[in-house]
Amino acid sequence: MSTGNIALETKELQAFYGKSHILQGVNVNVREGEIVALLGRNGAGRSTLAKAIMGMVDTKGEIVWRGNNIAGLKAYEVAHLGIGYVPESRDIFPKLTVHQNLMLGEKGTKAKSRWSFEDMYKMFPRLKERQHTEAGVLSGGEQQMLTLCRTLMGDPDLILIDEPTEGLAPAIVQLVAEYLRELKRRGISVVLIEQKLAIALQISDRVYVMGDRRIVFEGTPAQLKADSNVRKEWLEV
Amino acid sequence: MSVLNGVSYGLLLFMLSAGLTLIFSMMGVLNFAHASFYMLGAYFAYQFSAWSNFWVGLLFAPIVVALLGGLFERFLLRKTHKFGHVPELLVTFGLSFVILEIVQLIWGRTSVDYPIPAAMSGSLFKVFDSTFQTYRGFMMLVAILMLVALYWVIKRTRIGLAIQAALTHPETTEALGHNVPRVFALVFAGGCALAGLAGVIGGNAFITEPGMAQSVGAIIFVVIVVGGMGSLAGALIASILIGLLQTFAVGLDWSFAGAFTTLGLAVTPETFGYPLWKLKLSQVAPILPFLLLVVMLVVRPKGIMGTRDE
Repeated sequence: MSTGNIALETKELQAFYGKSHILQGVNVNVREGEIVALLGRNGAGRSTLAKAIMGMVDTKGEIVWRGNNIAGLKAYEVAHLGIGYVPESRDIFPKLTVHQNLMLGEKGTKAKSRWSFEDMYKMFPRLKERQHTEAGVLSGGEQQMLTLCRTLMGDPDLILIDEPTEGLAPAIVQLVAEYLRELKRRGISVVLIEQKLAIALQISDRVYVMGDRRIVFEGTPAQLKADSNVRKEWLEV
Repeated sequence: MSVLNGVSYGLLLFMLSAGLTLIFSMMGVLNFAHASFYMLGAYFAYQFSAWSNFWVGLLFAPIVVALLGGLFERFLLRKTHKFGHVPELLVTFGLSFVILEIVQLIWGRTSVDYPIPAAMSGSLFKVFDSTFQTYRGFMMLVAILMLVALYWVIKRTRIGLAIQAALTHPETTEALGHNVPRVFALVFAGGCALAGLAGVIGGNAFITEPGMAQSVGAIIFVVIVVGGMGSLAGALIASILIGLLQTFAVGLDWSFAGAFTTLGLAVTPETFGYPLWKLKLSQVAPILPFLLLVVMLVVRPKGIMGTRDE
Protein backbone atom coordinates (compact mmCIF):
# COMPACT_ATOMS: atom_id res chain seq x y z
CA MET A 1 0.00 0.00 0.00
CA SER A 2 2.80 2.36 0.84
CA THR A 3 3.65 4.50 -2.11
CA GLY A 4 5.14 7.98 -2.35
CA ASN A 5 8.53 9.30 -1.34
CA ILE A 6 9.92 9.26 2.14
CA ALA A 7 8.51 12.31 3.96
CA LEU A 8 10.13 11.96 7.35
CA GLU A 9 13.14 9.95 8.40
CA THR A 10 15.14 9.77 11.61
CA LYS A 11 18.77 8.65 11.46
CA GLU A 12 20.43 7.31 14.61
CA LEU A 13 18.21 9.59 16.67
CA GLN A 14 19.05 9.91 20.35
CA ALA A 15 17.04 11.91 22.86
CA PHE A 16 17.58 13.11 26.38
CA TYR A 17 15.52 14.31 29.30
CA GLY A 18 18.07 16.21 31.35
CA LYS A 19 20.70 13.54 32.05
CA SER A 20 18.62 10.47 31.19
CA HIS A 21 19.14 8.96 27.77
CA ILE A 22 15.70 8.00 26.46
CA LEU A 23 16.25 7.13 22.78
CA GLN A 24 19.35 5.20 21.76
CA GLY A 25 19.76 5.43 18.01
CA VAL A 26 16.30 5.21 16.44
CA ASN A 27 15.84 4.84 12.66
CA VAL A 28 12.30 5.18 11.35
CA ASN A 29 10.79 6.55 8.16
CA VAL A 30 7.34 7.59 7.01
CA ARG A 31 6.27 7.93 3.38
CA GLU A 32 3.95 10.59 2.02
CA GLY A 33 0.36 9.63 2.75
CA GLU A 34 1.30 6.60 4.83
CA ILE A 35 -0.05 5.62 8.25
CA VAL A 36 2.70 4.20 10.41
CA ALA A 37 1.91 2.71 13.81
CA LEU A 38 4.43 2.95 16.59
CA LEU A 39 3.75 0.19 19.09
CA GLY A 40 5.35 -0.83 22.34
CA ARG A 41 4.82 -0.88 26.07
CA ASN A 42 4.74 2.20 28.24
CA GLY A 43 8.22 3.57 28.78
CA ALA A 44 9.57 2.10 25.54
CA GLY A 45 10.29 5.62 24.29
CA ARG A 46 7.44 6.12 21.80
CA SER A 47 6.20 9.42 23.21
CA THR A 48 9.74 10.66 23.45
CA LEU A 49 10.28 9.88 19.77
CA ALA A 50 7.29 12.09 18.90
CA LYS A 51 8.57 14.88 21.15
CA ALA A 52 12.07 14.53 19.70
CA ILE A 53 10.72 14.98 16.16
CA MET A 54 8.83 18.09 17.35
CA GLY A 55 11.99 19.56 18.90
CA MET A 56 10.56 19.42 22.41
CA VAL A 57 13.47 17.45 23.89
CA ASP A 58 17.24 17.60 23.35
CA THR A 59 18.40 15.31 20.56
CA LYS A 60 21.43 13.98 18.71
CA GLY A 61 21.31 12.49 15.23
CA GLU A 62 19.33 13.57 12.19
CA ILE A 63 15.64 14.20 11.62
CA VAL A 64 15.10 14.66 7.88
CA TRP A 65 11.82 16.24 6.76
CA ARG A 66 11.39 16.37 2.97
CA GLY A 67 15.14 16.46 2.47
CA ASN A 68 16.10 18.95 5.17
CA ASN A 69 17.57 18.17 8.56
CA ILE A 70 15.23 19.73 11.09
CA ALA A 71 16.98 18.50 14.26
CA GLY A 72 17.56 21.40 16.64
CA LEU A 73 14.68 23.54 15.40
CA LYS A 74 12.22 24.91 17.93
CA ALA A 75 8.78 23.30 18.21
CA TYR A 76 6.96 26.24 16.60
CA GLU A 77 9.36 26.15 13.64
CA VAL A 78 8.80 22.41 13.17
CA ALA A 79 5.04 23.04 13.30
CA HIS A 80 5.34 25.70 10.60
CA LEU A 81 7.15 23.21 8.35
CA GLY A 82 3.97 21.12 8.30
CA ILE A 83 4.39 18.62 11.13
CA GLY A 84 1.47 18.47 13.56
CA TYR A 85 1.50 16.97 17.04
CA VAL A 86 -1.39 15.68 19.15
CA PRO A 87 -0.06 15.24 22.68
CA GLU A 88 -0.93 12.24 24.80
CA SER A 89 -2.30 14.20 27.75
CA ARG A 90 -5.21 15.74 25.77
CA ASP A 91 -3.70 19.09 26.55
CA ILE A 92 -6.69 21.27 25.71
CA PHE A 93 -6.76 24.88 26.91
CA PRO A 94 -9.36 24.45 29.65
CA LYS A 95 -10.39 28.08 30.11
CA LEU A 96 -10.97 28.72 26.40
CA THR A 97 -14.04 27.63 24.48
CA VAL A 98 -14.01 24.76 22.02
CA HIS A 99 -14.06 27.22 19.13
CA GLN A 100 -11.21 29.26 20.59
CA ASN A 101 -9.18 26.09 21.04
CA LEU A 102 -9.65 25.34 17.34
CA MET A 103 -8.71 28.93 16.45
CA LEU A 104 -5.40 28.46 18.23
CA GLY A 105 -4.73 25.45 16.04
CA GLU A 106 -4.64 27.73 13.00
CA LYS A 107 -1.22 29.12 12.27
CA GLY A 108 -2.34 32.50 11.02
CA THR A 109 -0.45 32.20 7.75
CA LYS A 110 -1.86 33.39 4.45
CA ALA A 111 -2.00 29.95 2.86
CA LYS A 112 -5.45 28.43 2.71
CA SER A 113 -5.84 25.46 5.03
CA ARG A 114 -7.35 22.32 3.57
CA TRP A 115 -9.50 22.09 6.72
CA SER A 116 -12.22 24.45 7.89
CA PHE A 117 -14.12 24.73 11.17
CA GLU A 118 -17.06 23.21 9.30
CA ASP A 119 -15.03 20.12 8.38
CA MET A 120 -14.22 19.62 12.04
CA TYR A 121 -17.77 20.10 13.18
CA LYS A 122 -19.01 17.73 10.48
CA MET A 123 -16.55 15.07 11.55
CA PHE A 124 -17.43 15.45 15.24
CA PRO A 125 -20.95 16.94 15.61
CA ARG A 126 -20.46 16.84 19.40
CA LEU A 127 -17.91 19.62 19.07
CA LYS A 128 -20.33 21.80 17.12
CA GLU A 129 -22.94 21.45 19.85
CA ARG A 130 -20.39 22.48 22.44
CA GLN A 131 -18.45 25.08 20.45
CA HIS A 132 -19.09 27.89 22.95
CA THR A 133 -18.46 25.72 26.02
CA GLU A 134 -15.27 25.98 28.05
CA ALA A 135 -13.10 23.08 26.94
CA GLY A 136 -12.26 22.21 30.54
CA VAL A 137 -15.75 20.82 31.19
CA LEU A 138 -15.82 18.49 28.17
CA SER A 139 -15.71 14.72 28.67
CA GLY A 140 -12.47 12.86 28.02
CA GLY A 141 -13.66 11.70 24.61
CA GLU A 142 -14.72 15.21 23.57
CA GLN A 143 -11.39 16.60 24.70
CA GLN A 144 -9.64 13.98 22.57
CA MET A 145 -11.72 14.99 19.53
CA LEU A 146 -10.82 18.59 20.24
CA THR A 147 -7.05 18.00 20.39
CA LEU A 148 -7.22 15.94 17.18
CA CYS A 149 -9.12 18.72 15.40
CA ARG A 150 -7.06 21.54 16.88
CA THR A 151 -3.88 20.14 15.37
CA LEU A 152 -5.60 19.56 12.01
CA MET A 153 -6.61 23.24 11.86
CA GLY A 154 -2.90 23.99 11.43
CA ASP A 155 -3.02 22.05 8.14
CA PRO A 156 -0.15 19.62 8.76
CA ASP A 157 1.20 17.32 6.04
CA LEU A 158 2.28 14.81 8.68
CA ILE A 159 0.68 14.33 12.04
CA LEU A 160 2.10 12.64 15.14
CA ILE A 161 -0.70 11.30 17.34
CA ASP A 162 0.09 10.02 20.80
CA GLU A 163 -2.32 7.45 22.32
CA PRO A 164 -5.57 8.90 20.89
CA THR A 165 -7.80 6.09 22.14
CA GLU A 166 -6.46 5.72 25.66
CA GLY A 167 -9.28 5.40 28.15
CA LEU A 168 -12.03 6.03 25.58
CA ALA A 169 -15.32 4.17 25.15
CA PRO A 170 -15.50 1.82 22.11
CA ALA A 171 -17.94 4.10 20.24
CA ILE A 172 -15.49 6.99 20.48
CA VAL A 173 -12.59 4.76 19.49
CA GLN A 174 -14.54 4.09 16.27
CA LEU A 175 -14.85 7.86 15.70
CA VAL A 176 -11.09 8.23 16.12
CA ALA A 177 -10.55 5.41 13.62
CA GLU A 178 -12.85 7.21 11.15
CA TYR A 179 -10.83 10.41 11.69
CA LEU A 180 -7.62 8.52 10.85
CA ARG A 181 -9.16 7.15 7.65
CA GLU A 182 -10.22 10.67 6.68
CA LEU A 183 -6.61 11.82 7.09
CA LYS A 184 -5.51 9.01 4.80
CA ARG A 185 -8.09 9.96 2.17
CA ARG A 186 -6.68 13.46 2.13
CA GLY A 187 -3.12 12.22 1.75
CA ILE A 188 -1.78 13.16 5.16
CA SER A 189 0.97 11.04 6.66
CA VAL A 190 0.31 9.76 10.17
CA VAL A 191 2.55 8.45 12.91
CA LEU A 192 0.17 6.72 15.30
CA ILE A 193 1.39 5.83 18.76
CA GLU A 194 -1.01 3.19 20.05
CA GLN A 195 -1.49 0.72 22.83
CA LYS A 196 -4.52 -1.00 21.28
CA LEU A 197 -3.11 -3.53 18.86
CA ALA A 198 -6.44 -4.11 17.10
CA ILE A 199 -6.98 -0.56 15.87
CA ALA A 200 -3.33 -0.10 14.96
CA LEU A 201 -3.20 -3.26 12.86
CA GLN A 202 -6.51 -2.48 11.21
CA ILE A 203 -5.58 1.02 10.08
CA SER A 204 -1.84 1.24 9.54
CA ASP A 205 0.21 0.52 6.44
CA ARG A 206 3.36 -0.28 8.35
CA VAL A 207 4.27 -0.99 11.95
CA TYR A 208 7.30 -0.31 14.13
CA VAL A 209 7.62 -1.89 17.54
CA MET A 210 9.72 -0.09 20.10
CA GLY A 211 11.20 -1.76 23.11
CA ASP A 212 13.91 -0.73 25.46
CA ARG A 213 14.49 2.66 23.78
CA ARG A 214 15.09 1.36 20.26
CA ILE A 215 13.23 -0.19 17.31
CA VAL A 216 12.88 -3.96 17.70
CA PHE A 217 10.54 -4.76 14.79
CA GLU A 218 9.64 -3.21 11.45
CA GLY A 219 7.12 -4.61 8.99
CA THR A 220 3.53 -4.78 7.78
CA PRO A 221 0.61 -5.52 10.09
CA ALA A 222 0.38 -8.97 8.56
CA GLN A 223 4.02 -9.69 9.34
CA LEU A 224 3.51 -8.60 12.94
CA LYS A 225 0.45 -10.80 13.27
CA ALA A 226 2.55 -13.73 12.08
CA ASP A 227 5.44 -13.02 14.42
CA SER A 228 4.28 -14.21 17.81
CA ASN A 229 7.75 -13.92 19.33
CA VAL A 230 7.88 -10.16 18.83
CA ARG A 231 4.36 -9.77 20.17
CA LYS A 232 5.12 -11.90 23.22
CA GLU A 233 8.39 -10.22 24.05
CA TRP A 234 7.58 -6.57 23.33
CA LEU A 235 3.84 -6.04 23.28
CA GLU A 236 1.79 -8.40 25.37
CA VAL A 237 1.59 -7.56 29.01
CA MET B 1 -15.37 61.85 47.60
CA SER B 2 -12.97 59.44 49.29
CA VAL B 3 -14.61 56.68 47.28
CA LEU B 4 -13.68 58.33 43.99
CA ASN B 5 -10.17 59.12 45.18
CA GLY B 6 -9.82 55.59 46.46
CA VAL B 7 -11.04 54.08 43.20
CA SER B 8 -8.71 56.25 41.14
CA TYR B 9 -5.76 55.22 43.30
CA GLY B 10 -6.92 51.60 43.11
CA LEU B 11 -7.11 51.74 39.31
CA LEU B 12 -3.58 53.10 39.24
CA LEU B 13 -2.47 50.16 41.39
CA PHE B 14 -4.22 47.85 38.95
CA MET B 15 -2.26 49.25 36.00
CA LEU B 16 0.86 48.22 37.86
CA SER B 17 -0.30 44.91 39.23
CA ALA B 18 -1.92 43.74 35.97
CA GLY B 19 1.48 43.58 34.28
CA LEU B 20 3.15 42.12 37.34
CA THR B 21 0.61 39.34 37.74
CA LEU B 22 0.70 38.43 34.02
CA ILE B 23 4.48 38.33 34.08
CA PHE B 24 4.32 36.22 37.22
CA SER B 25 2.06 33.64 35.57
CA MET B 26 4.41 33.23 32.66
CA MET B 27 7.77 33.30 34.45
CA GLY B 28 6.70 31.68 37.68
CA VAL B 29 8.68 34.28 39.61
CA LEU B 30 7.98 37.83 40.65
CA ASN B 31 9.57 40.62 38.70
CA PHE B 32 11.18 42.72 41.39
CA ALA B 33 11.99 45.45 38.90
CA HIS B 34 8.36 46.00 37.97
CA ALA B 35 7.91 49.08 40.14
CA SER B 36 11.18 50.40 38.72
CA PHE B 37 9.54 50.50 35.30
CA TYR B 38 6.77 52.54 36.93
CA MET B 39 9.41 54.98 38.18
CA LEU B 40 11.05 55.12 34.75
CA GLY B 41 7.66 55.97 33.26
CA ALA B 42 7.32 58.91 35.62
CA TYR B 43 10.83 60.22 34.96
CA PHE B 44 10.54 59.81 31.19
CA ALA B 45 7.23 61.65 31.30
CA TYR B 46 8.87 64.41 33.33
CA GLN B 47 11.64 64.64 30.75
CA PHE B 48 9.26 64.64 27.80
CA SER B 49 7.10 67.33 29.39
CA ALA B 50 10.18 69.42 30.09
CA TRP B 51 11.15 69.14 26.41
CA SER B 52 7.69 69.60 24.95
CA ASN B 53 4.49 68.86 26.86
CA PHE B 54 2.62 66.35 28.98
CA TRP B 55 0.77 64.73 26.08
CA VAL B 56 3.97 63.81 24.29
CA GLY B 57 5.11 62.14 27.51
CA LEU B 58 1.80 60.32 27.90
CA LEU B 59 2.28 58.81 24.45
CA PHE B 60 6.01 58.15 24.30
CA ALA B 61 7.10 57.40 27.87
CA PRO B 62 5.19 54.06 28.01
CA ILE B 63 6.57 53.12 24.59
CA VAL B 64 10.16 53.74 25.68
CA VAL B 65 9.57 51.80 28.90
CA ALA B 66 8.07 48.91 26.90
CA LEU B 67 11.12 48.84 24.62
CA LEU B 68 13.49 48.74 27.58
CA GLY B 69 11.41 45.99 29.18
CA GLY B 70 11.36 43.98 25.96
CA LEU B 71 15.14 44.29 25.56
CA PHE B 72 15.67 43.24 29.18
CA GLU B 73 13.48 40.15 28.67
CA ARG B 74 15.10 39.23 25.38
CA PHE B 75 18.74 39.64 26.30
CA LEU B 76 18.95 39.02 30.05
CA LEU B 77 15.91 37.32 31.49
CA ARG B 78 15.50 34.73 28.73
CA LYS B 79 19.15 33.74 29.04
CA THR B 80 18.76 33.38 32.80
CA HIS B 81 15.61 31.27 32.50
CA LYS B 82 17.42 27.96 31.96
CA PHE B 83 19.31 28.33 35.25
CA GLY B 84 16.11 28.27 37.27
CA HIS B 85 13.92 30.55 39.29
CA VAL B 86 16.41 31.90 41.81
CA PRO B 87 18.77 33.41 39.23
CA GLU B 88 15.76 34.91 37.43
CA LEU B 89 14.61 36.50 40.65
CA LEU B 90 18.09 37.84 41.33
CA VAL B 91 18.39 39.35 37.86
CA THR B 92 15.17 41.33 38.32
CA PHE B 93 16.25 42.27 41.84
CA GLY B 94 19.57 43.52 40.50
CA LEU B 95 17.86 45.42 37.72
CA SER B 96 15.79 47.36 40.25
CA PHE B 97 19.02 48.64 41.85
CA VAL B 98 20.57 49.47 38.50
CA ILE B 99 17.50 51.49 37.48
CA LEU B 100 17.45 53.27 40.84
CA GLU B 101 21.12 54.28 40.53
CA ILE B 102 20.74 55.39 36.92
CA VAL B 103 17.71 57.49 37.80
CA GLN B 104 19.63 59.14 40.63
CA LEU B 105 22.64 59.76 38.37
CA ILE B 106 20.57 61.45 35.68
CA TRP B 107 17.86 63.25 37.65
CA GLY B 108 19.38 63.58 41.12
CA ARG B 109 18.44 62.23 44.52
CA THR B 110 15.61 64.63 45.28
CA SER B 111 12.19 64.85 43.69
CA VAL B 112 11.76 66.51 40.30
CA ASP B 113 9.10 69.09 39.46
CA TYR B 114 6.75 67.11 37.25
CA PRO B 115 3.55 69.16 37.35
CA ILE B 116 -0.02 68.27 36.49
CA PRO B 117 -0.85 69.88 33.13
CA ALA B 118 -2.36 73.33 33.71
CA ALA B 119 -5.54 72.45 31.83
CA MET B 120 -6.35 69.80 34.44
CA SER B 121 -5.11 71.37 37.66
CA GLY B 122 -8.54 72.64 38.71
CA SER B 123 -11.35 70.77 40.35
CA LEU B 124 -13.89 68.84 38.34
CA PHE B 125 -16.82 69.19 40.73
CA LYS B 126 -17.53 69.80 44.34
CA VAL B 127 -19.56 67.83 46.85
CA PHE B 128 -20.24 69.65 50.12
CA ASP B 129 -16.87 71.21 50.89
CA SER B 130 -14.56 68.65 49.32
CA THR B 131 -13.45 68.90 45.72
CA PHE B 132 -12.65 66.22 43.18
CA GLN B 133 -9.63 67.21 41.14
CA THR B 134 -9.93 67.17 37.38
CA TYR B 135 -6.66 65.29 37.17
CA ARG B 136 -8.00 62.48 39.35
CA GLY B 137 -10.86 62.16 36.90
CA PHE B 138 -8.36 62.01 34.06
CA MET B 139 -6.43 59.27 35.87
CA MET B 140 -9.61 57.24 36.21
CA LEU B 141 -10.44 57.75 32.56
CA VAL B 142 -7.00 56.58 31.40
CA ALA B 143 -7.10 53.61 33.75
CA ILE B 144 -10.56 52.55 32.62
CA LEU B 145 -9.61 52.90 28.96
CA MET B 146 -6.59 50.73 29.69
CA LEU B 147 -8.76 48.20 31.49
CA VAL B 148 -11.15 47.95 28.54
CA ALA B 149 -8.28 47.72 26.06
CA LEU B 150 -6.53 45.04 28.09
CA TYR B 151 -9.73 43.03 28.39
CA TRP B 152 -10.36 43.34 24.68
CA VAL B 153 -6.84 42.28 23.72
CA ILE B 154 -6.82 39.26 26.01
CA LYS B 155 -10.35 38.02 25.40
CA ARG B 156 -11.03 39.02 21.83
CA THR B 157 -7.85 38.91 19.80
CA ARG B 158 -5.89 35.98 18.50
CA ILE B 159 -2.72 37.12 20.26
CA GLY B 160 -4.73 37.35 23.48
CA LEU B 161 -5.90 33.76 23.07
CA ALA B 162 -2.32 32.71 22.43
CA ILE B 163 -1.26 34.52 25.62
CA GLN B 164 -3.91 32.76 27.68
CA ALA B 165 -2.94 29.41 26.18
CA ALA B 166 0.80 29.97 26.56
CA LEU B 167 0.48 31.00 30.20
CA THR B 168 -0.96 27.62 31.20
CA HIS B 169 0.30 25.24 28.48
CA PRO B 170 3.46 26.70 26.91
CA GLU B 171 4.67 23.42 25.34
CA THR B 172 1.40 22.55 23.64
CA THR B 173 0.95 26.11 22.43
CA GLU B 174 4.39 26.07 20.89
CA ALA B 175 3.80 22.70 19.23
CA LEU B 176 0.75 24.23 17.49
CA GLY B 177 3.09 26.69 15.81
CA HIS B 178 2.95 29.69 18.12
CA ASN B 179 6.24 31.43 18.81
CA VAL B 180 5.91 31.23 22.59
CA PRO B 181 9.18 33.01 23.45
CA ARG B 182 7.99 35.94 21.37
CA VAL B 183 4.60 35.88 23.09
CA PHE B 184 6.39 36.03 26.45
CA ALA B 185 8.56 38.94 25.35
CA LEU B 186 5.39 40.75 24.21
CA VAL B 187 3.70 40.13 27.56
CA PHE B 188 6.76 41.39 29.40
CA ALA B 189 7.00 44.51 27.26
CA GLY B 190 3.24 45.06 27.53
CA GLY B 191 3.36 44.75 31.30
CA CYS B 192 6.21 47.25 31.38
CA ALA B 193 4.25 49.62 29.15
CA LEU B 194 1.34 49.52 31.62
CA ALA B 195 3.73 50.18 34.51
CA GLY B 196 5.23 53.05 32.52
CA LEU B 197 1.79 54.47 31.81
CA ALA B 198 0.95 54.27 35.51
CA GLY B 199 4.17 56.18 36.15
CA VAL B 200 3.21 58.89 33.67
CA ILE B 201 -0.13 59.57 35.29
CA GLY B 202 0.88 58.73 38.87
CA GLY B 203 4.18 60.58 38.90
CA ASN B 204 2.58 64.01 38.87
CA ALA B 205 -0.50 63.07 40.88
CA PHE B 206 1.80 62.02 43.70
CA ILE B 207 5.50 62.73 43.58
CA THR B 208 8.32 61.81 41.21
CA GLU B 209 11.34 60.84 43.29
CA PRO B 210 13.85 57.97 43.48
CA GLY B 211 11.96 56.43 46.41
CA MET B 212 8.71 56.05 44.45
CA ALA B 213 9.52 52.59 43.10
CA GLN B 214 10.15 51.16 46.52
CA SER B 215 7.08 52.64 48.13
CA VAL B 216 4.68 51.45 45.45
CA GLY B 217 6.56 48.19 44.85
CA ALA B 218 5.64 46.83 48.26
CA ILE B 219 1.99 47.73 47.75
CA ILE B 220 1.65 46.01 44.39
CA PHE B 221 3.13 42.82 45.80
CA VAL B 222 0.40 42.94 48.42
CA VAL B 223 -2.15 43.50 45.65
CA ILE B 224 -1.21 40.45 43.63
CA VAL B 225 -0.92 38.16 46.66
CA VAL B 226 -4.27 39.31 48.04
CA GLY B 227 -5.86 39.12 44.60
CA GLY B 228 -4.44 35.67 43.89
CA MET B 229 -1.16 35.21 42.05
CA GLY B 230 -1.66 35.28 38.31
CA SER B 231 -5.31 36.37 38.39
CA LEU B 232 -6.16 39.59 36.56
CA ALA B 233 -9.66 39.82 38.02
CA GLY B 234 -8.25 39.23 41.49
CA ALA B 235 -5.66 41.96 40.95
CA LEU B 236 -8.43 44.38 39.96
CA ILE B 237 -10.51 43.62 43.05
CA ALA B 238 -7.51 43.78 45.38
CA SER B 239 -6.29 47.05 43.80
CA ILE B 240 -9.61 48.80 44.35
CA LEU B 241 -9.87 47.33 47.84
CA ILE B 242 -6.47 48.59 48.85
CA GLY B 243 -7.01 51.93 47.15
CA LEU B 244 -10.22 52.44 49.12
CA LEU B 245 -8.71 51.12 52.34
CA GLN B 246 -5.83 53.55 52.23
CA THR B 247 -7.84 56.55 51.15
CA PHE B 248 -10.52 56.02 53.79
CA ALA B 249 -8.08 55.28 56.57
CA VAL B 250 -6.20 58.54 55.97
CA GLY B 251 -9.41 60.49 56.43
CA LEU B 252 -10.51 58.83 59.65
CA ASP B 253 -9.26 59.60 63.15
CA TRP B 254 -10.76 56.57 64.82
CA SER B 255 -8.68 54.97 67.53
CA PHE B 256 -9.09 52.22 70.10
CA ALA B 257 -9.07 54.90 72.81
CA GLY B 258 -12.04 56.58 71.15
CA ALA B 259 -13.85 53.27 70.83
CA PHE B 260 -13.25 52.44 74.50
CA THR B 261 -14.53 55.86 75.57
CA THR B 262 -17.65 55.35 73.50
CA LEU B 263 -18.15 52.03 75.27
CA GLY B 264 -17.88 53.81 78.60
CA LEU B 265 -14.37 52.67 79.45
CA ALA B 266 -12.05 55.35 80.73
CA VAL B 267 -8.78 55.50 78.86
CA THR B 268 -6.09 57.73 80.32
CA PRO B 269 -2.35 58.04 79.69
CA GLU B 270 -1.93 55.67 82.67
CA THR B 271 -3.95 52.84 81.07
CA PHE B 272 -1.90 49.80 80.04
CA GLY B 273 -0.91 50.00 76.38
CA TYR B 274 -1.98 53.63 76.01
CA PRO B 275 0.48 54.42 73.17
CA LEU B 276 -1.19 51.67 71.11
CA TRP B 277 -4.77 52.65 71.97
CA LYS B 278 -4.29 56.31 71.15
CA LEU B 279 -3.01 55.62 67.61
CA LYS B 280 -5.42 57.01 65.08
CA LEU B 281 -6.46 54.97 62.05
CA SER B 282 -5.00 57.69 59.86
CA GLN B 283 -1.63 57.17 61.49
CA VAL B 284 -1.56 53.44 60.81
CA ALA B 285 -2.94 53.76 57.27
CA PRO B 286 0.37 52.89 55.61
CA ILE B 287 0.56 49.52 57.35
CA LEU B 288 -3.04 48.51 56.63
CA PRO B 289 -2.25 46.86 53.28
CA PHE B 290 0.36 44.70 54.96
CA LEU B 291 -2.03 43.84 57.74
CA LEU B 292 -4.50 42.80 55.05
CA LEU B 293 -1.76 40.70 53.45
CA VAL B 294 -1.06 38.85 56.69
CA VAL B 295 -4.75 38.25 57.36
CA MET B 296 -5.24 37.05 53.78
CA LEU B 297 -2.33 34.64 53.98
CA VAL B 298 -3.78 33.14 57.15
CA VAL B 299 -7.39 32.96 56.00
CA ARG B 300 -7.12 32.25 52.28
CA PRO B 301 -3.51 31.81 51.16
CA LYS B 302 -4.36 31.48 47.48
CA GLY B 303 -5.87 34.97 47.37
CA ILE B 304 -9.32 36.24 46.42
CA MET B 305 -9.43 34.78 42.92
CA GLY B 306 -6.50 32.39 43.23
CA THR B 307 -7.03 28.97 41.68
CA ARG B 308 -3.91 27.21 42.85
CA ASP B 309 -4.67 24.58 45.44
CA GLU B 310 -1.57 24.24 47.48
